Amino acid sequence: MTVTTQDSTRTITVPPDARNTPPPRPRGGRKPLITFGHWWWALPAVALVIGVHYAATMTGGFFAFTNWTGLGEWDFIGFANFERIFSDPMLLGSVWNTLFLAFGSVILTNVFGLLYALAINRMLKTRYILRTLLFMPVVLSPLAVAYVWKFIFQFNGPLNGFLGLIGLEEWQKVWLADPSWSIWAILITVVWQQTGFVMVIYLAGLASVPVEVEEAAAIDGAGIWGRFWHVVVPAIRPSIAIATTLGIIQGLRIFDQILALTGGGPAGATETLATQVYKQAFALGQFGFGSALALVLTVIILVFAILQQRVTRDRDAGKA
Amino acid sequence: MFRYTKLTALREVLVWIVTLIGLLPLYLLVVTALKPDQEVLTTSAVAPPSTVDFGAFVEVLTSTGRNSIPMSILNSVIITAGAIAGLVLLGSLTAYVIARRTRTWTNVTYYLVLIAIILPAQLGTVPLYIGARSVGLTGNALGMILLWIGILLPLSIFLYASFFRGLTTEYEEAAVIDGATPTQAFFRVVLPLMAPATGTVAILAGLIVWNDFFNSLIFLGGSETQTLPVAMYTYVGGLVSAWNKIFAVVIISMIPILAFYMFAQKRFIQGFAGGLKG
Repeated sequence: MTVTTQDSTRTITVPPDARNTPPPRPRGGRKPLITFGHWWWALPAVALVIGVHYAATMTGGFFAFTNWTGLGEWDFIGFANFERIFSDPMLLGSVWNTLFLAFGSVILTNVFGLLYALAINRMLKTRYILRTLLFMPVVLSPLAVAYVWKFIFQFNGPLNGFLGLIGLEEWQKVWLADPSWSIWAILITVVWQQTGFVMVIYLAGLASVPVEVEEAAAIDGAGIWGRFWHVVVPAIRPSIAIATTLGIIQGLRIFDQILALTGGGPAGATETLATQVYKQAFALGQFGFGSALALVLTVIILVFAILQQRVTRDRDAGKA
Repeated sequence: MFRYTKLTALREVLVWIVTLIGLLPLYLLVVTALKPDQEVLTTSAVAPPSTVDFGAFVEVLTSTGRNSIPMSILNSVIITAGAIAGLVLLGSLTAYVIARRTRTWTNVTYYLVLIAIILPAQLGTVPLYIGARSVGLTGNALGMILLWIGILLPLSIFLYASFFRGLTTEYEEAAVIDGATPTQAFFRVVLPLMAPATGTVAILAGLIVWNDFFNSLIFLGGSETQTLPVAMYTYVGGLVSAWNKIFAVVIISMIPILAFYMFAQKRFIQGFAGGLKG
């Protein structure tokens, strides 16, 4: 879960000028007055980071090209695992589901999160209480939240009850067992939990919009829409970049909610790469094939993370 | 010119209505958990229980055996506390050396750490599991703690390094001139000044470790040691539509983190008001 790194905590507590600054060079080659700690203090951490992140990832990349089952003999089988992934309709479907959940959740959480942040940003007396309330689902376990929504979506649950109450009986469904609607149920669960996170990112960004500039624009006759596009959006561009990048990365790895809500069913309709990595590698013991799926997921995550960086950087460069 | 007008009041009311509708699932969670068994299926989901019944909570908290909820809470507490302690100690020591010394190797290490933050963890899971299994670190709290320290160290080092770079070196220099060793200067002078960084690391790491399902499912799978989310998953899997019991487990899993959240809120506000004072 290294993805939740960039949350409100950092935005708030890290001194702004201390972020991403290169290590200070000793001025004029002056030796520091004292030695700072001992060099070997860094050893255990460096060993752990190299082992857990670098060595493991590289070994996983190697496994992806083998047929290892975790025990005994194995062979190097080239791209056979990948041919199998891209010729199996269920696994191809899981790739599409992964992308659907990632993009669906990014779009919806950003729209709702930004609207909510804008709504409470200026002058509301209870904005801090509202912020605390809306952020609350973010800190809860995704698994626990998924069970609450499982109750809501069940056939004799509150959602169908509500639809019956307002006379829309024909809309009632077995939401979690319906091949075309179950993925939407998962999406709603994810969006409900993550909107508060996006909202907090946007609130931090909106705090950087000077109220005088907005007032000046209003006095000059800019409407609410004009002020939003020409004053607010340019100022919160870094927040948009952070919220969408983290959202995509997190969205591509959705796992807990699926296992709790549908287990990947009905008939594989809600399988994603993350659930398939788990099932193939750990339930079926196909370590080689599971690693190949993990490699596909890793490549997709890296591609979107880099693309996202490109897009936001170009836009900033075009502006400057 | 932006003043609190009738329109603003209307906006405030509308936002409250939207928020309360949005939080309805949590209301359903609480009322259902407090219903006695027979009321769960017979009464409307939004109706409050006729009498408040803690039976579901009692049953969950007295569960025994492999998926015992109280045992899993204890395991989750041990693993989360162990991981936070390790991340604070190793993260601060490493970040201190990286941030204060300006050698090639410290820069290389810093970039290794930054790349590790971005690197997706999925691909390493299978080799880590096999490696941990071969040295007996699967199925026990120690292995889980080491795994979490490894996974989250880049984040911890990054946060501490950012704070150390914002802190002048004068404090340690004064301490050393007064006769402290580098170790004393770090633990007695620098680390206490880093309380806001430690708070941030503890909050983020605590949240991630406590709520984690995927890694516990894999690295503790099939063992006697289960964390709360995995025990919840197994426990719920054995209950069909006993929603009051399911929700009692869910609420029990949420209480520590919500208490933590209230604490964190205060911490954030202090951070705003007092800066690096802690």
